[in-house]
Amino acid sequence: MDMNDLRALSTVLMFLTFLGIIAWTLIGGRDRFRDAANLPFADDELPEIEKTQQEKSS
Amino acid sequence: MANPHIAKHPEYDYDTVRLFCIATIIWGVVGMAVGVLIAAQMVWPVLNTPWEWFHFGRLRPLHTNAVIFAFGGSALMATSYYVVQRTCQVPLFSPFLSKFTFWGWQTVIVAAAITLPLGLTTTHEYAELEWPIDILIALVWIAYAVNFIGTIAKRKPNHIYVANWFFMAFILAVAILHIFNSIQYPVSLWKSYYVPSGAIDAMIQWWYGHNAVGFYLTAGFLGMMYYFVPKQAERPIYSYRLSIVHFWALIAIYMWAGAHHLHYSALPDWAQSLSMVFSLILLFPSWGGMINGIMTLSGAWDKLRTDPILKFLVVSLSFYGLATFEGPMLSIKTVNAMSHATDWTVGHVHAGALGWVAMITFGAMYHLIPIMYGRKQGQMYSIALINLHFWLATIGTVIYIASMWVNGLMQGLMWRAVNEDGTLTYTFVESLEASMPGYIVRTFGGALFLAGMLVMAWNVWCTSRGWWREHDDARALDPTLDAVAAPARG
Repeated sequence: MDMNDLRALSTVLMFLTFLGIIAWTLIGGRDRFRDAANLPFADDELPEIEKTQQEKSS
Repeated sequence: MANPHIAKHPEYDYDTVRLFCIATIIWGVVGMAVGVLIAAQMVWPVLNTPWEWFHFGRLRPLHTNAVIFAFGGSALMATSYYVVQRTCQVPLFSPFLSKFTFWGWQTVIVAAAITLPLGLTTTHEYAELEWPIDILIALVWIAYAVNFIGTIAKRKPNHIYVANWFFMAFILAVAILHIFNSIQYPVSLWKSYYVPSGAIDAMIQWWYGHNAVGFYLTAGFLGMMYYFVPKQAERPIYSYRLSIVHFWALIAIYMWAGAHHLHYSALPDWAQSLSMVFSLILLFPSWGGMINGIMTLSGAWDKLRTDPILKFLVVSLSFYGLATFEGPMLSIKTVNAMSHATDWTVGHVHAGALGWVAMITFGAMYHLIPIMYGRKQGQMYSIALINLHFWLATIGTVIYIASMWVNGLMQGLMWRAVNEDGTLTYTFVESLEASMPGYIVRTFGGALFLAGMLVMAWNVWCTSRGWWREHDDARALDPTLDAVAAPARG
């Protein structure tokens, strides 16, 4: 087994890893990534609805 | 959408972010002004002046370095430092490293602005800076990587948001690219020679050059896209699954595509063909990302009528789609045989640089800068001026790239035309003469784009002074702008 076999093997392994990532991504239900997708909004100070209610009452 | 368990976010480090925002605006004006100047030099050669410091050959790398590394780099550092804090819900890892990255990066830019007009250059495109500056870049970049990854390491949420994945890929890849493309042998303080030579040197240069496009101008700005598009549209990304597939597909494929810059050169033929195949495959992740961004507005298309910031973000994605379709097409060897070294290449670069990179930056900055001055997101001094900027930038970009398409096709056809006896039909200078109308139109398009940048600078200045423009109809028309949550200053 020379260097070129190892190079070919590493390409094949990288491709299988890539397919593995795709498979991992596609399993599970629809809401699997819901919390992750909402991370840009997770640190807003208060939920929108509460905020408007608060402003009205004050 | 907000998490009720987090009542108040921590004290973020917005000082560094604000400094990088200001730098983005200043270097944007400077870099684009130099671009318009060198475009004008192609039309009126007298503008080259008798002094060599202002010749096209000296100013062209100044333009590319200023817009890519000064304007684009400051924008990427501003937004990545902001996004990583907001989505990890912790302040930046090290206040010292934050300040060091800012002042270190500005030192690099000033050093570039001095050495390039003096003619000090390594001659590697987009890596022209000489070895002492290369060492400073490496130090700043490693500090940036430690600060960014250190912030992610102490994050509160378990998940690392997809924008941070793109930013991390951008930071790590650029560190590797820069270090390996700077293996030089210094012979004096301002002169060095590359250790690899010949076709290997060319291959390393375009491995660097194209991955600078792929990881700096694409992955970095996609990190921007994955935060600011959902945040400005006030809805999560269209498909988080697609964003994961997009990320891994993009970073796995880009690394192989660089050799398409060396078609029909001394590079081995198999490497050229391999780069063409990978460039063609790249269309899929690129368009996957574009669709993911644009479809985020699905069900809320009406926001595009009233929100010019969202218009910037969405139109930038359209130009991204255009440029990433054009790129694979140009990488096909038979197409490249005609397009190579013509103005088509210049047009393609600017479809990406003006249409995608600059426009997504404008959208992100208009969202972010008001927050840096204690306002709600997107609450600039004038919304009408954002709209004016949007149209100047869009029309300027379209005029620019259309003129370069015409010139490129014409040059390619003229250069390959042969008479019956095998001699060339046209001399080079005839093709140059025929290109002149295109150069005039290109200068006009670039000037429009620069005018938009100046409008932005004025709008940012007024916002920083705490002013509001009276009788601003656009603000009155858009009730949603006032309903956006106000993030507190850190």
